Amino acid sequence: MRRAELVTAVVLAFFSMYLMWKSGEGPSWDPDIARFDNIGFDETGTPGSGFWPFWLSLAMLLSCFWIMVNWWRRTSPPSQSTEPYMDSYSKRWLVYVGGGLFAFLGLIEWMGFYAAIFFFLIYYLRFLGKHAWRRTLLISVLTPVFCFFFFDVAMRIVLPKGITEPLFLPLYEIFL
Amino acid sequence: MEILPSLVDGIYQALMPLNLALCVVGVVVGLFVGAMPGLGSVNGVAILLPFTFVIQDMTGSATSPMIFLAAIYYGAMYGGAISSITLGIPGASTAVATTFDGRPLALKGFAERALVTAAIASFIGATVANVFFTAFAPPLATVALKFGNPEIFALMLLAFSTFIGLGGDDIPKTIISIALGLVLATVGFDIITGEPRLQFGDPFDLFPATAGLIDTTGFSHGIRFLVLAIGVYGIGEMIWTINSTRGEVHMTEANVNFKSVMAAIRKFPEAWKGTTVGSFLGFFVGILPAAGATPGSLMAYGVTKMLSKDKDSFGKGNVNGVAAPEAANNSASTGAMLPMMTLGIPGSPTTAVLLAGMVIWGLQPGPLLFADQPDFVWPLIGSFYVSNLVAVLVNLAFIPVFLWMLRMPFTILAPMIFVLSVIGTYAAYQNMFDVWLMLLFGIGAYFLRILDYPLAPAVLAIVLGPIAEPTLRQSLLLSDGSFSIFFNRPIAGPITVIAIILIFLPLVSWVVKRARGK
Repeated sequence: MRRAELVTAVVLAFFSMYLMWKSGEGPSWDPDIARFDNIGFDETGTPGSGFWPFWLSLAMLLSCFWIMVNWWRRTSPPSQSTEPYMDSYSKRWLVYVGGGLFAFLGLIEWMGFYAAIFFFLIYYLRFLGKHAWRRTLLISVLTPVFCFFFFDVAMRIVLPKGITEPLFLPLYEIFL
Repeated sequence: MEILPSLVDGIYQALMPLNLALCVVGVVVGLFVGAMPGLGSVNGVAILLPFTFVIQDMTGSATSPMIFLAAIYYGAMYGGAISSITLGIPGASTAVATTFDGRPLALKGFAERALVTAAIASFIGATVANVFFTAFAPPLATVALKFGNPEIFALMLLAFSTFIGLGGDDIPKTIISIALGLVLATVGFDIITGEPRLQFGDPFDLFPATAGLIDTTGFSHGIRFLVLAIGVYGIGEMIWTINSTRGEVHMTEANVNFKSVMAAIRKFPEAWKGTTVGSFLGFFVGILPAAGATPGSLMAYGVTKMLSKDKDSFGKGNVNGVAAPEAANNSASTGAMLPMMTLGIPGSPTTAVLLAGMVIWGLQPGPLLFADQPDFVWPLIGSFYVSNLVAVLVNLAFIPVFLWMLRMPFTILAPMIFVLSVIGTYAAYQNMFDVWLMLLFGIGAYFLRILDYPLAPAVLAIVLGPIAEPTLRQSLLLSDGSFSIFFNRPIAGPITVIAIILIFLPLVSWVVKRARGK
C-alpha cells in the first residue's frame, strides 16, 4: 500500500503537468498566440481560456507534492500501511472483471449490444459465478431479449448491432 | 406565493396516476438499490438517469422524471437499513451507523423489531425534513434571487471548501478530486472564447506507430458528467464491492409477519429519543454541502448515545441506536435537496446527479426555479410527502420480499449492473466513445478508491464546473480582473470569507493541536 501511495502520487503529478501543458495551448487557427498566453488575463481583464484549467492543474500538482511529503513523514493511513495494495484475490478478480468488461465493449463494437450482452453474461454467470448452465442460459438469453424490446422497440433507442444487424431485420419489420 | 395552497396543489399533482405510479416504482427500485450491498442512492440515480429521458419524452415535462428519481433517492435511504440489519453489511454508506445496533438486534433474534424501528424512524425523519423544506425553501429562493455572478461563484467556492474543511477525508486527495473534476469539466470548447481546450490526442500522435490509433475526436463534445458518475458508481464501486466482500455474505433470517410487525410498531415509542435527535440533526447536517446523510447519521448516532442514560447498551442492540441514524439519513437526504433546489448547489453526490439531470431536462436549478417553474417545483415537493408515505408502506409490507431478494447472489447482480451501466451510458449520448471513457474512469476510480481518494467531490465538481468557471470569469470581467469583487459585495463577501476559513480550518486545527502537544 505504501509504495502504491507514492506511485499514484507521482503518476498524478505527471498527469497534472500534462494538463497544465495542454491548458496553455493556444487555438490551432492562430499560431501567433504563444503557449501559456491564455492562462492569465487579457486586456479587458477577462481570464483566458486556459486560466481555469491551468491553475486547477497546478493545485493538483501541489497536492501531489503534499501527498509525497505525507508519505515521507508517514502521516497518511496508506503510507503507514503494511498491507499489500492488492492481494492475489483482488488482482485476480480485477483481471477477470476488468478484462471481461473490456472484452464486453470490444464485442459490442464487433457484434453489437445484444450478442455481446449474451456472451458477457455467459462468461460472468457461468465462469465467474459458477451458476448452473440452465440458470446461466436463461438469464443470458432473457436479458438481451428484454433489452431489445425495452430499448429498440419501446423506447426507440436503437442500440448498435454490428455484424449481427441482418439478424434483426425481420424483427424490425414486425415490431418497428 | 402562498406556501400551503401551493403545497396542497403540489401533493394533488404528485397523486396524479402517472406520477403516483412513478413514485411507487421509484420507491421500490430505490429500496432494492439501497438494500443491495455496494449500491446506494447515487448508484441508482446515476445509472437510471439516462432512462428518465424517455419519461420526459412521454410526458413532455421534467416533473415526472424528477419525481421518479427523487422516489429512488427516498427508497434507497429506507433500503440501506435492510442489509445493515440482516446482512451486517450497510447497503450504502448512509446506513453504516444503522449496523452498529441493528445487526446486534438481529443477532439476538429481533431482526423484525430493528427493521420496523428503522422504517418508522425513517418516516418520521423524512416527514420532519419535508416540513422544514417546505417552510425554508421559498424564502431562501427569494433571497437567492438577488445573487449575481460573484455570489454564485462564492457559493461554489463554499461548496468545495466544505469538502476540504469538513469532509473528513485526506485534504490533498480531496483537493485533487475536486480539481480533477473541475478540469475534466473544461474539456471540449471554451464557452466564452470558443477555443478548443484539453482535447487530448497528442500523446498518441507523438509516435508514428500510435498516431491515429485511438480516435480522440470524442473529446470535442466534452466529458459528460454521467460518464464519470456511472464510471465511478456503476463500475468502480462494484469492483470495489466484489473485492471487499469476497462473496462472504451471511444473512440473518428474520421472522417477519403481520403479528411481529404490529408488535414491533407498538414498541416503537421506546425509540423516541433517537428518532427526535436524528430527525432534527439530520436535516441541518444535510443542508451543508459535503456533509449529507452519512455524517448526519453518524452524528445523530453519537449525539443520541451521548444523551442516553444507558450508554453501555449502544452497540449491543439499542433501538435508539437504530432509530437515530435512520431518521437522520432520511432527514438529511431531504435537507440536501434544499441548497440544490434553491441555490443550484448540491449537498450530496446524489443531489449533484439530480441537479445535472435537471440541467439536461432544460431546467436551471437555483432561485429562479421557484419563481419561473412553480409547476415543476411544487409537484416535486408534493412528491416528497407522497414518496415518503409510499416508502414506509412498501417497506413495511414488503420486508419479506426484500429479504428474499437479498438472497440474490452477487454474481448475478454484479453483471446486471455492469450491463445496465454500459447500456445507460450509450443510451444517454448514443456514442461508444463515452462508453469506453466510462469504463476507463471506473477502473481508475477503483485504483484511487483503494488509496482512500474521495471520489464524490470529483462527481460534484464535474457538475458544478460548467457553472463555476463562467461565473468566475464574468465576475472578473466586471471588476477588471480584480478578485476584490468577491470580498466587497454584501452577500458574496461573507460567503467568500467563510469559504476561505473552511479551507484553512484543517491547518488551524493542526497548529492548535501541535501547540497543545507542546
